[in-house]
Amino acid sequence: MAAQILSAIFVIIIGVGGCVAYFWGANKLVDLIFPSRGVTGTAAIDNLRRQGLVRPWLFVGPAMIILTVYLIYPVVATLWLSFLNRDGTSFVGLANYQWAFGDREFRNSILNNIIWLAVVPAACTFLGLIIAVLTDKIWWGTIAKSLIFLPLAISFVGASVIWKFIYEYRGEGQVQIGLLNAIIQYFGGEPQVWISLPFWNNFFLMIILIWIQTGFAMVILSSALRGIPEETLEAAVIDGANPFQIFWKIMVPQIWGTIAVVWTTITILVLKVFDIVLTMTNGQWNSQVLANLMFDWMFRGGGDFGRGATIAIIIMIAVIPIMVWNIRQANKETGGH
Amino acid sequence: MAVATGKSFASRFGVHIAVLIFVAIWTVPTLGILVSSLRDKNQIIASGWWNSFSSSSQTEAGRLPPASAQVEKDGKFVLAGNIFGDGAARNISAFGVKSAAPTQYPAGTTADLGDGVTLQVNADGTFVMSSPKAFEGDRGQRVYYASSAPPKFTTDNYKTVLFSEGIGRSFINSLTVTIPATVIPILIAAFAAYALAWMRFPGRALLIAVIIGLLVVPLQMSLIPLLKIYNGVGIFFGVPSKTYLGIWLAHTGFGLPFAIYLLRSYIAGLPREIMESARIDGASDFEIFVKIVLPLSFPVLASFAIFQFLWVWNDLLVAMVFLGTEGDQIVLTAKLNALLGSRGGDWEILTTSAFVTIIVPLIVFFSLQRYFVRGLLAGSVKGG
Repeated sequence: MAAQILSAIFVIIIGVGGCVAYFWGANKLVDLIFPSRGVTGTAAIDNLRRQGLVRPWLFVGPAMIILTVYLIYPVVATLWLSFLNRDGTSFVGLANYQWAFGDREFRNSILNNIIWLAVVPAACTFLGLIIAVLTDKIWWGTIAKSLIFLPLAISFVGASVIWKFIYEYRGEGQVQIGLLNAIIQYFGGEPQVWISLPFWNNFFLMIILIWIQTGFAMVILSSALRGIPEETLEAAVIDGANPFQIFWKIMVPQIWGTIAVVWTTITILVLKVFDIVLTMTNGQWNSQVLANLMFDWMFRGGGDFGRGATIAIIIMIAVIPIMVWNIRQANKETGGH
Repeated sequence: MAVATGKSFASRFGVHIAVLIFVAIWTVPTLGILVSSLRDKNQIIASGWWNSFSSSSQTEAGRLPPASAQVEKDGKFVLAGNIFGDGAARNISAFGVKSAAPTQYPAGTTADLGDGVTLQVNADGTFVMSSPKAFEGDRGQRVYYASSAPPKFTTDNYKTVLFSEGIGRSFINSLTVTIPATVIPILIAAFAAYALAWMRFPGRALLIAVIIGLLVVPLQMSLIPLLKIYNGVGIFFGVPSKTYLGIWLAHTGFGLPFAIYLLRSYIAGLPREIMESARIDGASDFEIFVKIVLPLSFPVLASFAIFQFLWVWNDLLVAMVFLGTEGDQIVLTAKLNALLGSRGGDWEILTTSAFVTIIVPLIVFFSLQRYFVRGLLAGSVKGG
């Protein structure tokens, strides 16, 4: 193990060092080629100007190259691959899309994704908002918020193990060691194999993501709530509004923009959800989702890149409206400066 | 928000209770695996973890030794010994010989099994069975008993998973992947963010728009083409296609849009006067960046570092595609996923492994929560 640690440290130093060396070296090189010190007059000014032309590209260059290789080129390539056959050797037109919409598993995934999209962002935002409002009123609210926030640091796989343990089912006559079945049994109910219950198992998987993401919604919404002017709330109280009216008619409309941001962020996350389904059911018992189906096709039977790419494109299409909205928002913001 | 919307005692009490319930739902699941990971593996399946502080009681079945072990004493045939064999510290409260009545006789009493056969089982597990006729058969008498064991906590599970299940190795692999995959994008993004915020060059606005667009591009779009590139590079140069360098660059690529976006909006907000006075003093852009911008940007760099660290450490998809699902290189999340398949019902292994995988993020998270929250707010409330 010591050897492994040593080689890990060595590899880390090489990797990080190489990166530092590039920036330092490239800038040194520009200074050497176009010296601005030690020369005088127009030469110095010319060289400074040349430096000004070159240096921005030295700074953004590595980022641009990596973004091109890792994101921009793949988006185009994936689109192209979705029109090709399984190993990319012949053009098949829309055959992959035709396959997809006729495939039972794919249609099941689409349906499940729609349920996930309808439930998870709404549940996270709603619970996050409720908890944000409640914790703001009590003295130990900060501690409570930290604890509810905590699952955000846990990996989806870790969270899946945690919840699999809660949903654990043991046969008749055995002690139920899963918390959920133990509670059901305590109240006289019948223990169930929760993750294989048709249709409802989707909700047991969604609970995991809701459990992780509510903390995110809570923190963002809590800070937005703090931004509501106190006078507004005081005026509402004086006018005799009850807590529910204040919540729905004053607070929620004031932070509408933030709610939209939280909602869309979680929506994108839900479209990409993969780990939870893979580790809990791997798509069995009708719980498949697009991201896991795509991963499956990437490697199933040696990999079918055409079908995999097609599923990725379907996910991308769902994201595009949010992407356009984001860019427009950002343009509005920079346009105001 | 200082306005108390409900001033009555009942409604304030209600708020405390409601928050308490939420906190319980959000912490009890994690507590469950922590407690279970410290329990004896036999007790994990014998009782729920919430009962782990009380003696676990269970009904078990055992078999007495076969007829060949009998001794003849005073004209009777006798089988004697300890039902636990090893004499573990357990306590029998009752026993029986029929599965329908497993606790028919209290421990220490002599049960009459008919035909003059008697069986006595004591609390410590010792038993005496005697019969006027010789016992026959290879299989001994089946005995049921209710036993209880005192709570037993142990760190053995941790020793097992770290050193024999390969979690220790994967832990170091995870660090090897995560540290460079956190530092490299910070360096690259910081330079790019500075250029995009403070340097003038053609195409700058377009570049910013592209980066914002790339923020939401699903990872899934990149996987297949990159896998093809990696396999191609591997074959062309005769090197393995699943390497640490490959996964660092992949994580760098996927983390860059957010890194540049977050860092740029912060660096663009730094005071212009500082930059300009440094420039007048003859500092080059590189010097301004290293000596002024980097130190001033520490909070946002820390925020992004925490994000990227958590994201890379917790990632399963990129790790499975670019490092594979088995072998010596795999990271913790992939290892845990593999264990879920191979050690399905062994909760002592799964809970302990899961806790090892989440402990680092939890420490990072708790010690640096301030920066994390600040980054969350900056990253999502602004442009979104």
